Amino acid sequence: MNLTRYQRPELAWPGFGRLSSLRDELDRLFESPWTGITRTAQLLSGWTPALDVHEDKDNFVVVAELPGMKREDIDVSLHDGVLGISGERKTDEKYEGAEVYRTERLFGKFQRTVTLPAPVAAEKVTAQYKDGVLTITLPKTEAAKPKQIDVNVS
Amino acid sequence: MESQPAMERAESRNYVTPVVNIFETQDGYALEAEMPGVNKNGLEITLEGNEVTIVGHRQPEAVNGELLFGERSAADYRRSFELDPAIDTAKISARMEQGILVLTLPKSEQVKPRKIAVTE
Repeated sequence: MNLTRYQRPELAWPGFGRLSSLRDELDRLFESPWTGITRTAQLLSGWTPALDVHEDKDNFVVVAELPGMKREDIDVSLHDGVLGISGERKTDEKYEGAEVYRTERLFGKFQRTVTLPAPVAAEKVTAQYKDGVLTITLPKTEAAKPKQIDVNVS
Repeated sequence: MESQPAMERAESRNYVTPVVNIFETQDGYALEAEMPGVNKNGLEITLEGNEVTIVGHRQPEAVNGELLFGERSAADYRRSFELDPAIDTAKISARMEQGILVLTLPKSEQVKPRKIAVTE
């Protein structure tokens, strides 16, 4: 049984009320001029952690839900303005030999990429993993920050 | 759907169902529920009759500017389970690790298989 909670919009089945509204929501987001998110094709395991991307005047903040991982199994990289989050969630050995009553959690490898719409200072990027949530703060380069331009009236 | 900053959405009483894995051994059950964003202060576990309900309240997150792309939910987690009568409810224990709630539900002693000594 392979249950996936989040579906790409094109895979949402009609009649699944909750998924249809999620699809509408995503369509609305994609209507905005900024469509810099790229998602790698789902690997066979089908696990795609949920991700939010925020922007304020100084930083981009990417928040990913990765419950039950070990810090060393999460990999964050930045290359050419593309942020990559990948890793592997390994099954817990302590349950081997037990009878599996219900299994809904997804395991295995995952990868998400985010194409950042503005340059960031790579050496100042920080990442924190707390309560199963990975928060990556990417400070913008000075050139990328919004600037006030004075208008001269002659 | 109206766009609200993440913190406001959390006030609504809609819940999201956390995914779970449940294992059974001779000694009892182990239940793992994924509730990222919840720490042990946000956990509420209630037992009523033979039904256990787990509720996870997310830690409030600082709103970081504008949301450009959002897949996460701001809702809290909630799910109920009907317990096998073999479970000794007084011995249920819970711990929280990186957004995963691990509930241990031991079976009561009488229910476990035991050998009966044969006397002449």
